Amino acid sequence: MRYSLGSLLLNAFTGQRHWNPAWRSPDPKPHYDVLIVGGGGHGLATAHYLAKHHQVGRIAVLEKGYVGSGNVGRNTTLIRSNYLLPGNTAFYELSLKLWEGLEQDINFNAMVSQRGIINLCHSDGQRDAYMRRGNAMHLNGVDAEWLDAEAVRALLPQFNYDNARFPIKGGLMQRRGGTVRHDAVAWGYARAASQRGVDIIQHCEVTGLKIENGMVKGVETTRGPIEAGKVALAGAGHSSQLAAMAELRLPIESHVLQAFVSEAIKPVIDHVVTFGAGHFYVSQSDKGGLVFGGDIDGYNSYAQRGNLPVVEDVMESAMALWPALGRLRVLRSWGGVMDMSMDGSPIIDHTPIENLYLNAGWCYGGFKATPGSGYCFAHLIAKDEAHPTAQQLRLDRFQTGALIDEKGVGAQPNLH
Amino acid sequence: MRLTCPYCGPRDSREFTYKGDATRIRPADDDKMFDYVYVRDNPKGLHQDYWLHQPCRNWLVVERNTATHEVTSVTAAAQREAKP
Amino acid sequence: MTGFRIGTPPTLDQSKVLRFRFDNKIYHGFAGDSLASALIAHGVRLVGRSFKYHRPRGFLSAGIEEPNGLLSVGEGARLTPNIKATMQPLYDGLVAQSQNRWPSLQFDMMGVNDWFANLLAAGFYYKTFMWPASFWEKVYEPLIRRAAGLGQAANLPDPDHYAQGNLFCDCLIIGSGPAGLIAALAAGRAGLRVILCEQDFVLGGRLLHEGDSFLSLSTQDWLTETLQELESLPTVRIMKQTMVFGHYDGGTYGAIEHNAAYSMATSAQEPRQIFWRIVAKQSILAAGAIERPHLFPNNDRPGIMLGSAVRSYLHRYGTACGHSTLVYTSQDDGWQTAFDLKKAGLAVIAIADTRSMIPQHLEAQAWQYDLPILKNACVTETTGRLSLNSVTITHEGGRETFQCDTLAVSNGWTPTLHLTSHQGSKPIWDASRHMFLPSKMQQGLLCAGAANGAMGLGECLASGLTAANRMLEQLDKQPQKIILPETPAPVLQTASFFHPTQTGKAFVDFQHDVTTNDIHLAYQEGYRSIEHLKRYTTLGMGTDQGKTSNMAGLAIMAELCGQTPDAVGTTVFRPPFEPIAIGALAGHHEGKHFRTTRLSAAHSVWEKEGAVFVEAGQWLRPQYFPKKGETHWRETVDREVVTTRQSVGLCDVSTLGKIEITGKDALAFLDFVYCNPLKSLAVGKTRYGLMLREDGFVYDDGTIARLEDNRFVITTTTAQAVGVMNHLDFCHQVHKPHWDVRMVSVTEQYSQFAVAGPQSRALLERVIGQQIDLSDEAFPYLACKEFSLAPHIKARLFRLSFSGERAYELAIPAPYGEVLAQTLITAGQDFGLTLYGTEALGVMRIEKGHSAGNELNGMTTAGDLGLARMVSKSKDFIGRVMAQRPALTDPDRPQLAGFRPVQPQDQFAAGAHVFSKNVPHSIEYDEGYLTSVAFSPICGSLIGLGLIRNGPQRHGEVIIAYDSMRGRKTELEIVSPCFYDPEGVRLNG
Repeated sequence: MRYSLGSLLLNAFTGQRHWNPAWRSPDPKPHYDVLIVGGGGHGLATAHYLAKHHQVGRIAVLEKGYVGSGNVGRNTTLIRSNYLLPGNTAFYELSLKLWEGLEQDINFNAMVSQRGIINLCHSDGQRDAYMRRGNAMHLNGVDAEWLDAEAVRALLPQFNYDNARFPIKGGLMQRRGGTVRHDAVAWGYARAASQRGVDIIQHCEVTGLKIENGMVKGVETTRGPIEAGKVALAGAGHSSQLAAMAELRLPIESHVLQAFVSEAIKPVIDHVVTFGAGHFYVSQSDKGGLVFGGDIDGYNSYAQRGNLPVVEDVMESAMALWPALGRLRVLRSWGGVMDMSMDGSPIIDHTPIENLYLNAGWCYGGFKATPGSGYCFAHLIAKDEAHPTAQQLRLDRFQTGALIDEKGVGAQPNLH
Repeated sequence: MRLTCPYCGPRDSREFTYKGDATRIRPADDDKMFDYVYVRDNPKGLHQDYWLHQPCRNWLVVERNTATHEVTSVTAAAQREAKP
Repeated sequence: MTGFRIGTPPTLDQSKVLRFRFDNKIYHGFAGDSLASALIAHGVRLVGRSFKYHRPRGFLSAGIEEPNGLLSVGEGARLTPNIKATMQPLYDGLVAQSQNRWPSLQFDMMGVNDWFANLLAAGFYYKTFMWPASFWEKVYEPLIRRAAGLGQAANLPDPDHYAQGNLFCDCLIIGSGPAGLIAALAAGRAGLRVILCEQDFVLGGRLLHEGDSFLSLSTQDWLTETLQELESLPTVRIMKQTMVFGHYDGGTYGAIEHNAAYSMATSAQEPRQIFWRIVAKQSILAAGAIERPHLFPNNDRPGIMLGSAVRSYLHRYGTACGHSTLVYTSQDDGWQTAFDLKKAGLAVIAIADTRSMIPQHLEAQAWQYDLPILKNACVTETTGRLSLNSVTITHEGGRETFQCDTLAVSNGWTPTLHLTSHQGSKPIWDASRHMFLPSKMQQGLLCAGAANGAMGLGECLASGLTAANRMLEQLDKQPQKIILPETPAPVLQTASFFHPTQTGKAFVDFQHDVTTNDIHLAYQEGYRSIEHLKRYTTLGMGTDQGKTSNMAGLAIMAELCGQTPDAVGTTVFRPPFEPIAIGALAGHHEGKHFRTTRLSAAHSVWEKEGAVFVEAGQWLRPQYFPKKGETHWRETVDREVVTTRQSVGLCDVSTLGKIEITGKDALAFLDFVYCNPLKSLAVGKTRYGLMLREDGFVYDDGTIARLEDNRFVITTTTAQAVGVMNHLDFCHQVHKPHWDVRMVSVTEQYSQFAVAGPQSRALLERVIGQQIDLSDEAFPYLACKEFSLAPHIKARLFRLSFSGERAYELAIPAPYGEVLAQTLITAGQDFGLTLYGTEALGVMRIEKGHSAGNELNGMTTAGDLGLARMVSKSKDFIGRVMAQRPALTDPDRPQLAGFRPVQPQDQFAAGAHVFSKNVPHSIEYDEGYLTSVAFSPICGSLIGLGLIRNGPQRHGEVIIAYDSMRGRKTELEIVSPCFYDPEGVRLNG
């Protein structure tokens, strides 16, 4: 049933009887034309755009847990396209544009909230870097504006201006940046893809890839073998494990990123803000909880949990920026597994195995990329050539040196 | 997380600096340099990591499970037998 | 005493009367009361409104699991929202307010939401508010945000402070109930270092909340005796009001202690809370269990409470929760509530049990008390808007409505095992006992008592002892024999969970208003995994973290799916177990103390000289030194530059990283870590060095000074000082472990001053001329030397120039830095010395075209910076191979160039992108950007450095600096990056 005010009213008066499952849960068929491995945001978005824009036959998404159990189900929900480097800026802008029309496209309210994101600046060098970035954004047709210290203070009077270790000297603002209700993205794409005939198969773990003569033929799963014309990997933090099934080694390390939610309170902050003198960013969810996070823990991990040093680091930055947070309490924390690439930017490309495609290396920025990633990955799978916007997100850029290293820290994933 | 420095004893991880996969040895052969710098096994399970114990300045090789964070051994990198 | 206060338990000190305010009305209670018990003692039933439907709510519990009784406590900047009144110790002068209601708790306008409950079912917001798209941010979202949230935060700087500490122990025991106390006793007697943490402000756990539970002695006597012994044991530390919130790797636990010494009066000295990192070899979780409510229509009215809570208020606080109570239970436990109330002389209307078979001994006891028994009972309706009026029950005898003001509900217990899953193990479903139990696969963490499913008191004590002895065994200690006090038989059975499939709309999660209907809807729409259920309905996402609701939600979903609860999935609990203050985790790292402030040894001198300081990483460095009459920082900086270039300037460069390197292989090592050749570096000479990362990009630059054959001192940039030191240690210990090299950072051990300008030699001769020959023959450009400045004071002099002028850098052990700075200033007066800061330093290096942080941004190659010729082709060094990749050697890469405005007065700034003339300003035509821009008093205009495609080949070309962020387009000429003295004659000027 299509979601609308009418269907909501109808159900309100009929005991909610008319709602169907948001997506079908069929048993896996023996053969698909395209198999997408990974039922997270990227995998589901890929399925949706494949089904919507390309004629590729039968599509299935295989998910080892439940739909959205990966990073799309545990992140700090930010969307933005305030990137510096060619290769990133246009790609994330495509993604942001898709966010802007997402809800009407998939008929699911994911609460895309363009409340504006502000990166705070604390030194002249940082200001120059933000100006360079802001100009790059403009050149790509992306909105960006500079806020001087007074303008920041007027917008965010609750911050520490008078006793700060690293005074706020301004900020780079992207008004179109914001937040999205993350689970709804997974569910909305799953529902939309399912309605277009995509089989979404939960609790089906891929345990092996069937490869003959350098060409992928299908997958082994916990629910039996499935043959496929094309196989697309969208395994996020577990990309290295999937690639290993094809005897591929990736320029990726898996790291843990923690995030936090406070108890729910009445609105206290209207924007997304990142602190420039420490690892901290914050926004407030519509339910009232502050959603915030910081740096990755910094060691290889698949454990989905982190440790106290980073917890404390985040809280210290929180207090340094916003001293009123002292009495507010952390309600929940979690850890997600990040596929940290060697230059901090993602990969959407063919693999050396024919008909095997890779979508990986999203670091801690995968959520905002969800629609763009799905859109470009679908294009690659369907046409066997990179979408123009994602052309630079190549796997061989590490060999050629055409890196997309926004932070300039080199082949050291825990510093990106 | 706590790591046992062979020189200083068990210490909190906040005393250490991390540098990733310690099975990587800088190759003499130029053709292998790309793999050394960029490619990782990234296993889910036993992993050898380089960690620097800041106070005593020793780079250590820590054998640790990436799925559980359990640490099984710590040795000084400089004391490690050179691999061919 | 009020009508509801009926006893004088030892945990209350009725000689200490405490006054407090709730919603602007004054009440009083006693020392030992919780805020909740004091309110209940006054007959206050309505304390809050629920999150979504704004339904009137009263206290459900007496502890940590409370979903309803959330109050804002404190005033002004100390206003703290969402405090569980059941956990808040009462203090004199406490001010509390109810939340989430307007205009008042009794009459809340938002209560209309309840009328539209059908429309506001789980997930309704995912299905609407989509049209038109722009309305979300403007209309819908602000409305939703205002309606959501619970309390109002003060949003003022927290006036209190927080402390932190580390604790180490053999054994951490969490919970001071019977199991925890016995375990602590055993461990303490065995001589282990024990830490016993109790989140409550009184020790004893469940023992405090029950009547006398032992056969031959009173609970109080046993508690007193046990606590006395524990306190007498030298290795046992007891920490009250200390919440262990998280279990981290390596036996590390996080705990928050609510400092008992803190009050408004002591807040200047005493921290409000203390965050403890506790490292334990072994630990025992004895955190007890939480009772489950019943599901029936309108099961959330004020007056419907957990049976265990009714007993808690009775025994611990001497307070009746109401005048007439009906007990509704699915197991033996509820009968205890009825008996206890009766024993206290309170009215019990009936005991309604969902079972048809009741143990004989209970029925017999009920008859003694003259208690009506309703078997096969099921509550079907309740009435009472702001307080419970009646309960309708169907039972064996038919359907009856009872007038009562309290309904005590008992529906089994859920072990408090959260901490056991923080390390990733999943609880195990015990089908026979209808509860999740801790997994046995715990690293260093044992469970005891009710947390481990041992619900009876005797079983609980025994389990505490068993856990302690298992732990002692693991730590190679003798197990302890403790004679446990006798407990009554038969044991009450507490192992069932009653949840009829068709309950009608009943609340499962009280705080978030998740009902049984919502769970049915989630099932219907395919959100069936426990995680989907939670996320779709928001079950268990409130500040009570689902302590009373998760189990019911899971059980209902399992039944709908025809599976066991564990098949639907167990919720993975994550830290924190209980919401904890952000301030406590930050400790003293706030305000100016957020990060260390590093000061150079001569800082006080610069302060005295009127420096304006700037943050350079953690360092504070003089930015410029304004003189009287100077009205603008630029005026000051211009003077500093001109004076330095004309006579002499002094600058503190102590923040540069300084590393001493010695050993037979030191030179070979340096030759390996820098990309330029160093083998020919003679003793007494310095050389500029460029370090690459292994990926071939520039990492850092600095100087290498060869003081002796096998002794070097190198400098790094301020920003990379720590990183380079780590890197060099890595290169040595990992790449070249057999080389004879030793390294130590001496950044903080030496003060270093740049003395620059044509008069620099004259000035230095006056100060150190006796100690060192400064003639150009003896000490030419790039010379270095260690010399005795005074007996026992070894100084180092380097003839280096960042400014382009004749210049020296003088290094001296840091304790003498202040004196030397002062001496140089005094001596410099005759030479017209100026002090200069980072601004003038930057201007002069831009004038000379030297790269610094803005150019060494981690994305540039040696070639980009015009340093390609430096890179050795004949040696191995870090970064050699990767630097040869095609994209790094592409001739089209932007390269360093200088820029000056075509019109000298024109403004431009770093961060502008550069374009050829007459091309559109879009990304396809982007040719590079400006890295550093400053006003050059020598050139009389702004000058810049930047990276532009083919820069070195385009000198003389006019391009556009496009800076839409600042709204500027400026015509610039590409020039050589060296604006000043390109021949370098001033180095000897």
